[in-house]
Amino acid sequence: MPPAAKNLFEKRFLDLQKLLFKEIKMYEITFTLNGEKRIVGVQSNETLLDVLRYKLGITSPKSGCERGDCGTCTVKLNSQIVKSCLILAVEVNGQEVLTIEGLMKEGFTPLQEAFLEHNSFQCGYCTPGMVITAEALLETNPNPTDEEIKEGLSGNLCRCTGYIPIIEAIKDHVKKRGAEQ
Amino acid sequence: MNDLKYVGKPSPRIEGKEKLTGATRFVDDLDFGPGLLYAAIVESSYAHALIKNIDTSRAEDVPGVVKIVTGKDFPYRFGLYMHDRYVFAQDRVRFIGEQVGAVIARDPVTAKKAAALVEVEYEELEPLLSVYDAIGEKPKGIIHPDLKNYFHVPWFFPRADTNIAHLRKIRQGDMEKGFEEADFIFEDEFIVPRYAHCAIEPHGAVGFLDHSGRLTVWTASQSPYTQRHLFTQALEPLGFSHKDIRVISPAVGGGFGGKAGVSMEILAAALATVVKGSPVKVLWSREQEFYNTYQRQGVHAKLKVGVKNDGTLTALEEILYWDAGAYVEYGANVVNAAGLSATGPYRIPNLKIDSVCIYTNLPPGGPYRGFGYSEFIFGLESHFNEIAKKLNIDPVEFRRKNAIREGDTLAYGGKMNPNGLLEAIDKVAEAIKWDKEIKSDDPNIVMGKGISLMWKAPAMPPNAASSAFLKFNEDGSVNILVSAKEIGQGFLTVMAQIAAEVLSVPPDRIRVEEPDTDRNPYEWQTVASHITWGCGNAVKRAAEDAREQIFDLMERALGKKRDALYLEDAMVKSHDETDFKLPLKDFVIDGIMMEDGTWRGGPIIGRGMFMPEFSSALSDPETGQGGKPNVHYTVGAAAIRIEIDKQTGRIKVPKVALAVDAGKAINPAMVKGQVIGGIIQGLGTILYEDMRFDEKGKLLNPNFTDYKIPTSMDIPDEIIPIIVEVPQPDGPYGARGIGEHTMIPVAPMVANAIEDALGIRIKSMPITAEKVALSLST
Repeated sequence: MPPAAKNLFEKRFLDLQKLLFKEIKMYEITFTLNGEKRIVGVQSNETLLDVLRYKLGITSPKSGCERGDCGTCTVKLNSQIVKSCLILAVEVNGQEVLTIEGLMKEGFTPLQEAFLEHNSFQCGYCTPGMVITAEALLETNPNPTDEEIKEGLSGNLCRCTGYIPIIEAIKDHVKKRGAEQ
Repeated sequence: MNDLKYVGKPSPRIEGKEKLTGATRFVDDLDFGPGLLYAAIVESSYAHALIKNIDTSRAEDVPGVVKIVTGKDFPYRFGLYMHDRYVFAQDRVRFIGEQVGAVIARDPVTAKKAAALVEVEYEELEPLLSVYDAIGEKPKGIIHPDLKNYFHVPWFFPRADTNIAHLRKIRQGDMEKGFEEADFIFEDEFIVPRYAHCAIEPHGAVGFLDHSGRLTVWTASQSPYTQRHLFTQALEPLGFSHKDIRVISPAVGGGFGGKAGVSMEILAAALATVVKGSPVKVLWSREQEFYNTYQRQGVHAKLKVGVKNDGTLTALEEILYWDAGAYVEYGANVVNAAGLSATGPYRIPNLKIDSVCIYTNLPPGGPYRGFGYSEFIFGLESHFNEIAKKLNIDPVEFRRKNAIREGDTLAYGGKMNPNGLLEAIDKVAEAIKWDKEIKSDDPNIVMGKGISLMWKAPAMPPNAASSAFLKFNEDGSVNILVSAKEIGQGFLTVMAQIAAEVLSVPPDRIRVEEPDTDRNPYEWQTVASHITWGCGNAVKRAAEDAREQIFDLMERALGKKRDALYLEDAMVKSHDETDFKLPLKDFVIDGIMMEDGTWRGGPIIGRGMFMPEFSSALSDPETGQGGKPNVHYTVGAAAIRIEIDKQTGRIKVPKVALAVDAGKAINPAMVKGQVIGGIIQGLGTILYEDMRFDEKGKLLNPNFTDYKIPTSMDIPDEIIPIIVEVPQPDGPYGARGIGEHTMIPVAPMVANAIEDALGIRIKSMPITAEKVALSLST
């Protein structure tokens, strides 16, 4: 683990310990959600996922396993994707959260177009998490190899598509974008 | 059927933008306001026990608790094909996790806390955890002592005072003669364990009984109409009429059979009745999703096969012991369907098949993609491969020789429908270059190839029906109302394409509305891969009905010669008058104005219905002969190349091909999607997924950390989907269903490839890397 990540991990662990050993409390947190400053009262044990879904009406991140296995709750926290079922809402105080709604400020994105063209979804339940993950992957690695795409998506489970149409959409999108530039 | 404009084209999904933007609303995405109540379930901690006492007093004291209910509040039994399931356990629990009671509270945390305070006193009984605990001279107990009193459909044959809930017998030809004619007789046994569907959306339901007595239930369901019917039946003593119950099924996040019928949804319907005026939500956790919905049933298969020197099959004796779990109201029909078709797509003249549905103290078994066929085919195709090898016949040749053909007699006496099975076999063999020897340069890697056939018929009541309404809008766009369910398979787009073809209105101008039993017409269930066929026929008829109304109007208002009229580019045209082009939007709502200023016509509303009137489930219980339980079979074949790492046992798939006879692929892109998804789901069952129970019957791995489904890292290098099209005479544009089928051949195909690579026949699923490595080290 790189030192920066280790520090972050330890800090989070200590924060969590503090929270868990105290009684459940209400906190008012301020954070940026899809570019808009939001102030919301949360309980110390509430997850970011539950606050987004049940307090702020953002239902695109879904609950699928409640333990970080399935990735259908994926959102972007600052520059990283996280599983919002594993993040306590109090932790995002002062930070930036992005969901799929925030990606579409200028409408349907070219990556979403590629997903549509390649039939890269079936039931649609994992789709918002998959799109967020793919967008974040391409942001840090604009020209990923097949293996890098597979690895990038490996934290997001899909039971319908068999992943191949998702990988093809991402590859096609990268190719088309490359041709435009 | 020439010059199809919309059918047969890879149209993009009509609901694509909704799904890709997160706009799609699933049950838990709906807002029920601040009055919403939450239920938590009190669950059985024993697999088999008598309930002696339930003490709810401590839970009642928790602030925020609204109501606590137990079995005594709902002493009702119900079920789809057999009434053996309870809303809440009564005097006895039959699996770990079974619902014993429920706490309704103002918030989910309070409900959960209070549910943990409900004290249930049990008298533990010995659990029956395998089929062999439950059958034979001395079963370890009787799980349903009242079995003989249970209502069931006429094609089930339960055995009173045993754990046998149903026995499907097939007797055809002369077994003695069949084995006498054989040069060899091969016997073997195979084991297929239980599996979980693992749709990413867990089950959820919200029930609401308003103060006028109307019950609305929102469910994540493949079967809204069947649910309404079963809710009405199960809660019959409460006096609901069908018209007073409304089931709304918003988007469903994956079904695979797991959201068919009624499982946990009955709780939302029942609990709503005790908190009149407030909606109540029941949301399953991932753990509950594993242990208290339907699981795919396990099966122990015993096979005895007679075969001639040249590979011709002469006789099949097959016993299938199904571990059907605590309640079999749906699962017994899986057992029935498997028994009717346990020959696989093979021509075998002499048959003795016993498909036995056995109660155990494990979670209820039920439908899962493949509906019994995914289960029995592992043993059958593994065994046939062994036989071919022992006779020194190429596995592909063996299958070509024995493959069933149109007009051949089926196990229940009917005739096989037109099909492209031979074409499918040839195409998959060609796709993976079956005849080419491929070896690895790496001495640690061994290569193998495998093949399997598949078939499946829709398993449904003989009168399972679909219906459709089709209405035009002012601008000539169309809304279609059906009660089939989009569960990812893409049926909305397929229905739009069928209507588009008839009406000449492009699919992107058509919206297909999902089920609300108050508004959309009847559909039996979205199961059995019958929707493209059944609901497709209903939609086609609805579109044709609308078209005929349009032509009627042209004749009546404009004096056009009816026989010359046709629709093209969303206009009415006439072969007689090339100048006549009347856009649909000009009259489909408003009608046509006459010279005197009066109007003719009005809103065009088409209706269509389809029920197979030729099907019958009645047959001789001792032989299974005489009925026509299956409307048709869809067939196909799959072949694979694998690489095995001898040190780790890990299996990689460089290439796999699957050919399915779709009759007519209404949307080839959707068919390919089903092929790829089905193959990966099948690979999960053979390579990774492994449900483990302890000696008390507790599921040890009810989560995705320990029950491993395929990720993006686990996919083959290349999947080759192949579409074969031998039309189904009674299908819309010749189409038949393919959704479940693509998973069916995968497990035995891989087992056969492993045997080809290593010379080791592994006879139980799954074949994990661990199992391969261990088999190599012994």
